[in-house]
Amino acid sequence: MSNKYETVIGLEVHVQLATKTKVFCGCSTAFGARPNTQVCPVCLGLPGVLPVLNRKAFKYVIKVALALGCDIQKTVKFDRKNYYYPDLPKNYQISQHDMPLAYDGKVTIVAEDGNTTDIRVTRAHLEEDAGKLLHDPGLPFSYVDLNRTGTPLLEIVSEPDIRTPEEAHRYLVTLKQIIKYLEVSDCNMEEGSLRCDANISLREKGAPGFGSKVEIKNLNSFKAVRDALAFEEERQAGLLDDGEKIVQETRLWDEKKNVTVSMRVKEEAQDYRYFPEPDLVPFEVRADLVEEMRASMPEMPRERALRFSRQYKLGEKDVEVLISEKDIADFFEQVAGCFDKPRVVCNWIKGEIMRHMNERGTDIRGLNLKPGDLAKLIKMVDDEFISGISGKDVLEACIETGKDPAAIVRKKGLEQVSDEGALEGIVEKVIAENERSVTDYKSGKTAALSFLVGQVMKATKGKANPKLAGEMLRRKLG
Amino acid sequence: MENTGRKKVITEDDVRYVARLSRLRLDEKDVTMFRGQLSAILEYIEQLNEVDTEGVPPTSHVLSSMKNVFREDEPGVSLSPEEALSNAPEKKDGFFKVPRIIKEA
Repeated sequence: MSNKYETVIGLEVHVQLATKTKVFCGCSTAFGARPNTQVCPVCLGLPGVLPVLNRKAFKYVIKVALALGCDIQKTVKFDRKNYYYPDLPKNYQISQHDMPLAYDGKVTIVAEDGNTTDIRVTRAHLEEDAGKLLHDPGLPFSYVDLNRTGTPLLEIVSEPDIRTPEEAHRYLVTLKQIIKYLEVSDCNMEEGSLRCDANISLREKGAPGFGSKVEIKNLNSFKAVRDALAFEEERQAGLLDDGEKIVQETRLWDEKKNVTVSMRVKEEAQDYRYFPEPDLVPFEVRADLVEEMRASMPEMPRERALRFSRQYKLGEKDVEVLISEKDIADFFEQVAGCFDKPRVVCNWIKGEIMRHMNERGTDIRGLNLKPGDLAKLIKMVDDEFISGISGKDVLEACIETGKDPAAIVRKKGLEQVSDEGALEGIVEKVIAENERSVTDYKSGKTAALSFLVGQVMKATKGKANPKLAGEMLRRKLG
Repeated sequence: MENTGRKKVITEDDVRYVARLSRLRLDEKDVTMFRGQLSAILEYIEQLNEVDTEGVPPTSHVLSSMKNVFREDEPGVSLSPEEALSNAPEKKDGFFKVPRIIKEA
């Protein structure tokens, strides 16, 4: 994009709160159930029913509010947002209009170069989710599943403080990290527990006010958000360069074609006819509740990063990997608590553990690996009781079977041979059988030694202590 | 809605707009009738403007003494899918079936 323009981006994020039951009734919020099996008269909007607020959902919002440094409303009311769409059978959504539970917060994002920027959060409020619609590909019908209707939803709206698609991406990553640390949502985008809409406009650099903004929907991943915003930035700049006007509209991101397309609906001003929800009495946010929530907050990512670099003397990049998820950071601390070489532990987690997570498409909990077992395993490698290569095999077996690593080492007979007597014969044999490498080594090609060590390892099925084998070879050939 | 002095008058366009928001189909006779009725209701309610509300905070709920009514996050009883769908005019494979609400892509 030419640098004539400045990009202005705001994001609206919806997060499903991880309560067991819905926000106003006792139906389950579990994902993936058969259609319309988690519904009751309240969430179906049948006549004569009354909503009752889920205490946990309310508490979760307060937790998020504290983490984002928001002010919290002293008295909370809900409002009806009226609209007709088959995903919400009551024909109104219980939401919050003019008095959001939380307001005036911020998300601090860290750029690649370490600089921080505060993105202001306008508001965060509690509302109910709508149901899911499936559209018949051939027939003029849609199908409605109301299991999701009434799931507690936290809407977090940013100020238009974001200036680049990259910043938008970082804002989302950071916000997700914060919410996952609080353990109030699993933020799983595939299952729709985190959703994002973006709006974007361009203005000439230094110009006051804002240009016409475009809202982008159908953003199913953080990457989609970044790509769609980058596309839209170029599109709008191109139109402005040609002297055209930007139409204020909603556009959909087409992930396959990498373009945004106009929804082509007549944009009429929505009239939601908000009014206070008469079926819910007001709620007071008492100071003791706020204190209780404050006390229940975990150490947040930024604080934890600072402590990790201080306490474990780890580099910035390593720290960022470890604190990226609370579970990984917790796991690291548990292992480092059993084996006091944090850098070694960090390398195992960054390397082998994350490789297993990626290969298995699971998070660290899904590996079912006990931190104590990993500590034992790392210690065996560090003590040269087993080789590094065997260590990787043992880890694999540990994850597969959940058995104790020491038992696996015994069963597989992987104990490293660090006894010169036991290696003597093998080293002699390798020297005798590899004349060329021996000559190479003697003529100064030191690389030949690692080949010979490799041969010793091969002959011992990886059990020889490579350091010792190297020493013995050097001595004999020296 | 026109604001003529203190009295608010409902126009026929207001009636049509409200009817559309409510998904009601009205004929011209209805529009005239409701214009009159709605205007009369508003005029009646207008009397409330005579009360001095200076310094009185807005009331969002009439039960001002009742606050903080919560339920715990404990599962309750859901309906069976048969019960849930029993009032549906049309259904299919456990879903409510409705006229298609988005145009084909």
